[in-house]
Amino acid sequence: MKNSLGLPTIPAFTLPPLVARLGARLPQWPHSVNLALALNAARKLGVLPEDTLQELEGRRFRVTVLDTGVVVDFTYSAGAFRPIFIVANEPDLHFTACLSAFLQMVSRQEDPDTLFFNRSLSVEGDTELGLRVKNMLDALEWPRLSWQGLRPTFLKH
Amino acid sequence: MAKPQLVCPAGSLAALKAAVDNGADDVYLGFRNDTNARNFAGLNFDEKSLAEGIRYAHQRGRKVLAAINTYAQAGRFADWTRSVDKAAELGIDAVIIADPAVLDYATKTHPDMRRHLSVQASATSYEAINFCREKFGIQRAVLPRVLTLAQVENVIRHTEVEIEVFGFGSLCVMNEGRCWLSSYATGESPNTVGACSPAKFVKWEKKPDEMDVRLNGILIDRYGNDENAGYPTICKGRFEVEGETYYAMEEPASLNVLEMLPEIIRIGVSAIKVEGRQRSPTYVAQVTRNLRQALDAAVAAPDAFSVKPAWAAELGKVSEGSQITLGAYNRPWR
Repeated sequence: MKNSLGLPTIPAFTLPPLVARLGARLPQWPHSVNLALALNAARKLGVLPEDTLQELEGRRFRVTVLDTGVVVDFTYSAGAFRPIFIVANEPDLHFTACLSAFLQMVSRQEDPDTLFFNRSLSVEGDTELGLRVKNMLDALEWPRLSWQGLRPTFLKH
Repeated sequence: MAKPQLVCPAGSLAALKAAVDNGADDVYLGFRNDTNARNFAGLNFDEKSLAEGIRYAHQRGRKVLAAINTYAQAGRFADWTRSVDKAAELGIDAVIIADPAVLDYATKTHPDMRRHLSVQASATSYEAINFCREKFGIQRAVLPRVLTLAQVENVIRHTEVEIEVFGFGSLCVMNEGRCWLSSYATGESPNTVGACSPAKFVKWEKKPDEMDVRLNGILIDRYGNDENAGYPTICKGRFEVEGETYYAMEEPASLNVLEMLPEIIRIGVSAIKVEGRQRSPTYVAQVTRNLRQALDAAVAAPDAFSVKPAWAAELGKVSEGSQITLGAYNRPWR
């Protein structure tokens, strides 16, 4: 089955437990920085709707990738996504899944409710905030993105 | 033999485009307020996205229907009439309405705009449907999911109103337009705020061996790690009744009418509706694509029709609950 973005099909897989054991021992802050950078890039491209972003102000998010051992904490404040380096409190919203489920969801191969029903994805914390984020991601119009424009300059002819 | 229209859901512009691109004849949607029964955070259409959605669908010869299908709350009638006016102004193809007062307003103010009777109006008899035809000039009625196929056929035989039935999607107790179960726990329900089990009352709690879901503090269900989850509605919860814990009202289930498509076409159903405005564009694309293929095959050769395993597999995967049922359409009792 193909996903709607024309990306290669992502099978359901779970990485070997060793990956998670190693991953969990590595520092997590680089992942938080990377994700915050990526989200800010999407925000600057105008992909993320401003009105929904305002609803995220001051809220703390965590994404746990079970089979890589990666835990990413970040927040949205004063108009930008920011990594959280020292996690003092429980997040307002926590998504947990294996890498393949996250990839299937982001590539629009699988529906988030389907992944939730079959227990591949779990959502804890503020359910309304979770629904808002889910609906924001669902509403994104990826095909309108100019992939051409995202290519590094030296690849353009 | 008339070919039923395939009516697909959209909670966003991306979902509308997915429906159109995958073969929907009609797309139905709601405004970003409580005048529709899927009033969830971040879902639905503002004026700009609706205008763009209508343009996208019309360019491709498809229709857009606006569900303004909750009941107007006392003192706020103008919110519902504003939605009707906005739909007319943007050039919507039809409005789907349940409240008689809102229907009356639409009939008098926009007589040329098609009016469909929403499932939320809970009209199950041809007498009720013909009454709405006479009073409000409705051109189509969406039947509640409680009738057998024989009963649907009987309704169709006694009315000139087009009949739309549900073909796919999550089921609930189907006390449509009259259900207050959500209000029992939260004080809010589709009839009052446009949402069943509003998300602000829902709490999922993951524990090592199970996952609990609570609605305003009331334990609705407790899932083992190998059990599928469902939407956190009271009707689909498991409760302790006289010492036994089980689905006291009904088991989470999804409707799928693929195998009876030739029958549905034969009895003269005008439109087949897919549930799920709260779902993603991915779901809309998957369901629309498979139903389009199945419907075309059933119209082309009804006698030779059989359900392809690929359709059943993809539709089964996106379903809520572990069952795929024919709902009330084939129940033996009346």
